[in-house]
Amino acid sequence: MQKIYGSAAEALEGLLFDGMTIAAGGFGLCGIPELLIAAIRDAGTKNLTVASNNAGVDGFGLGQLLETRQVRKMISSYVGENAEFMRQYLSGELELEFNPQGTLAERMRAGGAGIPGFYTKTGVGTVIAEGKEHKDFNGQTYILETGLVMDLAIVKAWKADETGNLVFRKTSRNFNPPAATCGKVCVVEVEEIVPAGSLDPDHIHLPGIYVHRLIQGQHEKRIEQRTTRKRQEA
Amino acid sequence: MAWDRNQMAARAALELEDGMYVNLGIGIPTLVANYVGDKDITLQSENGMLGMGPFPFEGEEDPDLINAGKQTITELPRTAYFDSATSFAMIRGGKIAAAILGGMEVSEEGDLANWMVPGKLVKGMGGAMDLVAGVGRVIVVMDHTSKHGDSKVLKACTLPLTGKGVVDRIITNLGVLDVVPGGLKIVECADGVTEAELRAATEATIVG
Repeated sequence: MQKIYGSAAEALEGLLFDGMTIAAGGFGLCGIPELLIAAIRDAGTKNLTVASNNAGVDGFGLGQLLETRQVRKMISSYVGENAEFMRQYLSGELELEFNPQGTLAERMRAGGAGIPGFYTKTGVGTVIAEGKEHKDFNGQTYILETGLVMDLAIVKAWKADETGNLVFRKTSRNFNPPAATCGKVCVVEVEEIVPAGSLDPDHIHLPGIYVHRLIQGQHEKRIEQRTTRKRQEA
Repeated sequence: MAWDRNQMAARAALELEDGMYVNLGIGIPTLVANYVGDKDITLQSENGMLGMGPFPFEGEEDPDLINAGKQTITELPRTAYFDSATSFAMIRGGKIAAAILGGMEVSEEGDLANWMVPGKLVKGMGGAMDLVAGVGRVIVVMDHTSKHGDSKVLKACTLPLTGKGVVDRIITNLGVLDVVPGGLKIVECADGVTEAELRAATEATIVG
């Protein structure tokens, strides 16, 4: 069970093909698999469908795959930070499927858990509900949403042990665990790989069964909105 | 006379009670955190955090610690982190007592539009649709009228909806209104605003 690879490119070897579907973890630029995204850019894989809460910013994160026109369709809840995205979307070059954020997270979780569909109140009475099955439970109306199963999941975690057990750090966990579970193959990049036995088994956030390939690397971890308070205000 | 942004936030903070778990939206709702005083409120950030603290001191920003507006923040002794599916499970599951959100339009039936202006603004709904569908109480804080003076408190929303029949209370620069059977009920007028002025600025049906 050798899961550790030498680089992002090596870890993606044999997994990429034109027209594939990819789930990516991250929220904004926090906890994004930046090394794997860059490797997919370098590989030049085209006509991608990418499920990710956001679409990066111009020049960083998934924004890099938009600049190279490798993405055909995004499944996202919020894309406001990316001017190139808006340009491609408004000109019809890029397809966009808006999912409410919780619906997107649950679609990934459900897909990874073998649940092909689920009913939710979210979006009832809005454009999101158009064309979807409606069903009443206990006097309330719900709509049917489908689980997502993607060809590949790309995920960023803080630490992994050699067997792929993962620990995330603070709010960089976000979409990474549900994204990881919904990939037929899951490739994970971490800041540090530690020997098996050095993580507390009670503190594993995502068990290694979901992790197929693993790399360690240097992360830029760019901050999108740097907000601070002055010390004298404290 | 009317309430300014900070006065609206201060008024919205009165809606919060000791022990509540609350989600605050972006914009004026974020300011509500400045007015909770001694009340024991736990703020949820839908990107995966309960117990959101203030902005960090300069030099202490952590790229792994942001709020749903992507701003750097801090943690508190009570903080817990979790993934996005768990975050929306607590939202959809009704565990969050209240959400205070911004709005573009609200209707007399409690419909809310706050995510999209066709042809102009196509950023996405983020977590707003899940929040209004799931939390215990939805309070919308917004200006009562547009820059052109048109009422944003309407008989029916003109913009794509975030949720249908989801709003409980509206707090605007002109006053506070509740969504009740048949229309909206005036709860109070803002400082220096008369009931006649509030009614004149409201297109929606006012009952009682």
